[in-house]
Amino acid sequence: MRRGRIEHSSDVHERGAPVPSSEWERASMILGVAVRALLPLLLLFSIFLLLRGHHAPGGGFVGGLVAAAAVALYALAYGATAAQQLLRLSPRGLIAAGLMTALASGLVGPLMGAPFLTGRWVKVGHLELGTPLLFDVGVYLVVIGVTLWIILTLAEE
Amino acid sequence: MELLLAVVIGSLYATGLYMLLRRSVVKLIIGLGLLSNGSNLLIFTMGRLVRGRPPIVPEGESSVPPPFADPLPQALILTAIVISFGVLAFALVLIHRAYQKVGTDDLDDLKTTDT
Amino acid sequence: MQLIFPIAIPLATAILGLFAWRWRTVQRGLGVAGAVALLIAALELLKSVWQQGPQATWIGNWPAPFGITLIADLLSAIMVVLAAVIGLAVALYALAHIDPAREAFGYYPLLHILLMGVCGAFLTGDLFNLYVWFEVMLMASFVLLALGGERAQLEGAIKYVTLNLMASAFFLTAVGLLYGVVGTLNMADVALKIRPLASSGITRSIAFLLLTAFGIKAAIFPLFFWLPASYHTPPVAVSAVFAGLLTKVGVYALLRVFTLIFPDDGRTIPTVILALSAFTMLTGVLGAVAQGEFRRILSFHIISQIGYMILGLGLFTTAGLAGSIFYIIHHIIVKTNLFLVSGLAHAVHGSFDLSRLGGLYRTHPGLAVLFLIPALSLAGLPPLSGFFAKLLLVRAGLHAEQWGIVAVALGVSLLTLLSMMKIWAEVFWKPKEDDPPAEDSLALPVFPVAECTGMMSRLGFWSSAGLAILTVMIGLGADLVLAFAEAAAEQLRNPDLYISTMQRGRP
Repeated sequence: MRRGRIEHSSDVHERGAPVPSSEWERASMILGVAVRALLPLLLLFSIFLLLRGHHAPGGGFVGGLVAAAAVALYALAYGATAAQQLLRLSPRGLIAAGLMTALASGLVGPLMGAPFLTGRWVKVGHLELGTPLLFDVGVYLVVIGVTLWIILTLAEE
Repeated sequence: MELLLAVVIGSLYATGLYMLLRRSVVKLIIGLGLLSNGSNLLIFTMGRLVRGRPPIVPEGESSVPPPFADPLPQALILTAIVISFGVLAFALVLIHRAYQKVGTDDLDDLKTTDT
Repeated sequence: MQLIFPIAIPLATAILGLFAWRWRTVQRGLGVAGAVALLIAALELLKSVWQQGPQATWIGNWPAPFGITLIADLLSAIMVVLAAVIGLAVALYALAHIDPAREAFGYYPLLHILLMGVCGAFLTGDLFNLYVWFEVMLMASFVLLALGGERAQLEGAIKYVTLNLMASAFFLTAVGLLYGVVGTLNMADVALKIRPLASSGITRSIAFLLLTAFGIKAAIFPLFFWLPASYHTPPVAVSAVFAGLLTKVGVYALLRVFTLIFPDDGRTIPTVILALSAFTMLTGVLGAVAQGEFRRILSFHIISQIGYMILGLGLFTTAGLAGSIFYIIHHIIVKTNLFLVSGLAHAVHGSFDLSRLGGLYRTHPGLAVLFLIPALSLAGLPPLSGFFAKLLLVRAGLHAEQWGIVAVALGVSLLTLLSMMKIWAEVFWKPKEDDPPAEDSLALPVFPVAECTGMMSRLGFWSSAGLAILTVMIGLGADLVLAFAEAAAEQLRNPDLYISTMQRGRP
């Protein structure tokens, strides 16, 4: 019932047809406008959480969940197809890229003669960039990918 | 506090098992969720409860003065939560599909593959 | 360093498979290439473990009891090789026999994630990490089991998922309690620290919780009901991997935990395991006798064979453990092969129902031979691998003066032969009826055979033949395999080597 209306509302949005005046649709109008403002903020916040995670509470997992929540919110307002288009990369591609990043960060250690996943750092100016950050970026991508895969699959049905 | 948590863990296990024994598939999934939360809380409690003593080495010392909160159980629980998040999401999709296919959520009607 | 390959190679294969999602040919090539690479890495690992003793690596360079240790003694290395062999055989078989729809939905990446989970479980030296690998493996198996979404599959998957998640919850509970008692989860470290507490009540409780958790995963006697309800529902390219590897991970965990962490314990636990083993053998084989469907019969035989595998653990002697390990080696290859043969028979006549099959001996003599080799090996006829596996266990049982279990093992072996002969008579020997009974009692789906021709369609046959040749070779070269099994059992009985290998990573 509700799902059908979501898809309907996305059609409405894309074709620019007049908005039907049911209670839920009006709510979705507000949601739609709010999401447009919230989406960039939430994505920025997710990246903030990701970067903060090295020394303070935060990290790839929470960051990824926040980012996925942002996109899921967009899907609620404009439909799953629109969210797919927003992503450009498929959720599957995100998972693959994330796993690849994480695996690569793990393999830096063995390439330098240390065990798998050993942390290695380089100093760029004041920044200390290391493989744990790379690993976290991988986790971030995988979490976004997996969560969106589940949500979008369920929403498309 | 330990006593309270022990009671909570016990009730989580008990309600989880009760839900697992119900005939509805949805309740089965709820039961699994409760059960996994019960075991997570158990790990947390088994790591000893310490209030307000993060395991951070103070400036100028080489080790943390005891008592401090053990970080390992929390790391374990975090892992277990992430895993059960994924597994339960999968289970939900699974029962949704099964419901679409079979049209019932009564486990008694899902016996065709039993022997 | 070598230890990371059996985990990293399947992971890399799965990642590449995800990238190449839309290109089926690339996926198929990757599926086989990854399995070949895994086999090479596994053999290298076995070679260095055999020559230099147990190998270990400390993930992230964290010292031993704090970080995760990957450690391979001979048992682990042998199991990894077996997993790689099965992975390769099934990947080849799938080239010819998995349907395009499942291929398009990621059969090959999932297969490799499953292999990664299995190899990780064999290699880890940390109890919580073992839980994580179990979950990786389960997640992949859940999706593989439900892939396709036929009614029978979904029903089977619900039971499989529920009981395996319960097992995981039990395992997690045991891990939590253990951490509370000894304050460490590194298996070797736990083994050291739990020695003074070996006979306390909490230790016993943890031991039995772990026995239950691994017992569900290994499908031993009162806990096996998820297996015959689900293993016959997915296509053969899926159930063959499950049959070969998944329950064996449970058996491996039992072998590891009850030799390393809870050894002997005043013989309470071994006695319980011995009794469970007898009941597992009996219920499995009796369940099989009542069945009339190819894969269901084979599923019940998995249970009965698990009984043999834990028999040696119940005897708790070096000879018994060597017998168990030999049995695992023999069983993984033979059971996977039988499932593959059932798939080949299905490809000919489009059914798994014994009453609808027939006449294959006349039309496909090659297939008949392929069935006979693993079937007779399963029943334990010389000179095939099963004969030596059973001989070792029976001899160990006689030596330990456990007459009852020996009698059960021999009786069950006869019933296994009966069951295999039933399949032989029905599927291969009797003439095919022209008008088969109107319908299957259960509308089990008929899977379309992949539309390839020529060389490709023979691949299923040749991968099965390869496993059959391995079975014969294990039988003929039983001395060599026995040497491996005995050395592995020796390492299990004297865990000091394992513990000292771990301790090399001490700060």
